[in-house]
Amino acid sequence: MINRDLVIVGGGSAGMSAALEAYSLGVKDILILEKNDYLGGILNQCIHNGFGLQEFKEELTGPEFMTRFSKAVNEKGIEYRLNTNVINISKDKVVSYSNSEEGFVEIKAKAIILTTGCYERNSGAIQIPGDRPSGVYTAGQAQLYLNIYGQLVGKRVFILGSGDIGLIMARRMTLEGAKVLGVAELNSYSAGLNRNIVQCLQDFDIPLYLSHTVKEIVGPKGHIEKIVLAKVDDHFNFIPGSEIEFEVDALLLSVGLVPNVDLISRLGIPFSKTRGAVVTEHMETEIEGLFTSGNVLHVHDLVDYVVSEAREAAKGAYLYLNNKLSHKGHMYKVSPKDGVNYVVPQKIYIDDAEDKLIFKFRVAHPFKDINLVISEGDRVIKKIYKPAIIPSEMEIVKLDKSLFNKENENIFVYVEERK
Amino acid sequence: MKELICITCPRGCHLKVDDDLNVTGNFCPRGAMYAKAELTHPVRTLTSTVKINSKVADRLPVKSARPLPKELIFKAMEEINKVTMNAPISIGDVVIKNIFDTGIDIVATKDILK
Ligand SMILES: Cc1cc2nc3c(=O)[nH]c(=O)nc-3n(C[C@H](O)[C@H](O)[C@H](O)COP(=O)(O)OP(=O)(O)OC[C@H]3O[C@@H](n4cnc5c(N)ncnc54)[C@H](O)[C@@H]3O)c2cc1C
Ligand code: SF4
Repeated sequence: MINRDLVIVGGGSAGMSAALEAYSLGVKDILILEKNDYLGGILNQCIHNGFGLQEFKEELTGPEFMTRFSKAVNEKGIEYRLNTNVINISKDKVVSYSNSEEGFVEIKAKAIILTTGCYERNSGAIQIPGDRPSGVYTAGQAQLYLNIYGQLVGKRVFILGSGDIGLIMARRMTLEGAKVLGVAELNSYSAGLNRNIVQCLQDFDIPLYLSHTVKEIVGPKGHIEKIVLAKVDDHFNFIPGSEIEFEVDALLLSVGLVPNVDLISRLGIPFSKTRGAVVTEHMETEIEGLFTSGNVLHVHDLVDYVVSEAREAAKGAYLYLNNKLSHKGHMYKVSPKDGVNYVVPQKIYIDDAEDKLIFKFRVAHPFKDINLVISEGDRVIKKIYKPAIIPSEMEIVKLDKSLFNKENENIFVYVEERK
Repeated sequence: MKELICITCPRGCHLKVDDDLNVTGNFCPRGAMYAKAELTHPVRTLTSTVKINSKVADRLPVKSARPLPKELIFKAMEEINKVTMNAPISIGDVVIKNIFDTGIDIVATKDILK
């Protein structure tokens, strides 16, 4: 069996930035395994701009952003294999993959960083009554067909779910001559960023139906012909008489992204509410030397944050390879409380941690005029005033590790109403 | 008083603009620039794709090198959809020069080398 120091599974923005960071820290035996015939992952199809404001202080498109990383990977001579599907990762860190040149290969890795991204929830996941016709796509599929192959999936389109990819596709398909009849969102607030509501919907007078969902899909002849939209009450029950019908030839679903943890789901390690693995301050799973970051850990809306998180994982892998992660000493359990949906990381070995502890979290629903609080046990460590906060925007708080004094095992992150 | 959401970055600040174009609510100076432009001559960066003759790709992604006046967006799409490029192409290569005499080029946003 071949031995490798660091194997990175998935060559998207997380995988590439982890590789580059590990390389610059001095790890030289690195191999990236990527299933597609190109690096860059999902960003290849995200041709719109808005990437890289944090990372490069410039507004780039997805392909431009990822090219900066793939160029660097090539310049540094970091090894990668394309068209290479990783099939299995074992507890003792044997990575099995196959490709047409080498066939089936097993590598014993000292450390692994898993960066396999996420997948989109599809119609199977949301169970809309009615026919099961063709013409129903996830927003990301429609994006792939249009931006990579130049095929418009429909001319009269409705979009269910107000996630950012759906909003971006509403604009993109409108520009290509489709009529986008509306976007419906089950919740009373949008799942997408405000800027996308403005520049993708309002700019083109595309209506956003909040507290609405598709009640029925009609397509008796095998292709979608019509959808029935209905309003829901606070308990998500349909309000009788609120139905609106739309004649459509395509329905796009933008109803959420789920970490693609297939390769580690059977290892018996714990998972968190994000549906990614439970991780430490260095994005290390319960299996020592197995790290994970990017959308496979928790879904990010901004690639800049994916990149910085991948660097944290790379730092972890570097420390692990140099026997500098003790996994000992005082360990904090990090938990969400009132109003907070999840926090990454879930565990912090304070002696292993870098000088700044980084907490990433999302609130459970929109709030106005609140404090975000981080506490050690009952002792408040930081309060941050927020005039408005929504679940679609991930919060990142960085705190000096010296603020924590190891008196309690718990760190809590929560929302506090202001009196 | 007008209320706007700044679309310059994902932070999406809620801006208030008075009749003299004084802006509040912006986290950074770009918000004020955005609000003034939005209320006088709104502009948007256009991104799309054009056909490409290549061994590895069907479409070449492109963008307006700077934001275009909003009213030109659909007209620009018509021009973009007339273009076919030939590989090799590098990021920044001009696809349409000086579109509608705006001084703004439509440029490639991906390297397609063969
Ligand atoms: C459709 C979509 C649109 C988005 N739009 C935006 C946007 O507009 N702006 C923004 O900032 N962010 C956007 N995002 C957020 C996105 O999360 C990040 O921008 C970032 O690109 C995610 O990086 P990643 O490396 O975690 O995942 P990915 O880019 O998905 O990379 C994962 C890689 O792993 C590979 N892989 C998976 N399984 C295997 C396997 N078994 N073997 C080998 N390789 C494997 C995949 O082929 C892929 O290349 C979007 C996300 C999606 C899904
Ligand atoms: S004002 Fe500045 S920080 Fe706020 S959204 Fe605009 S560009 Fe971003």
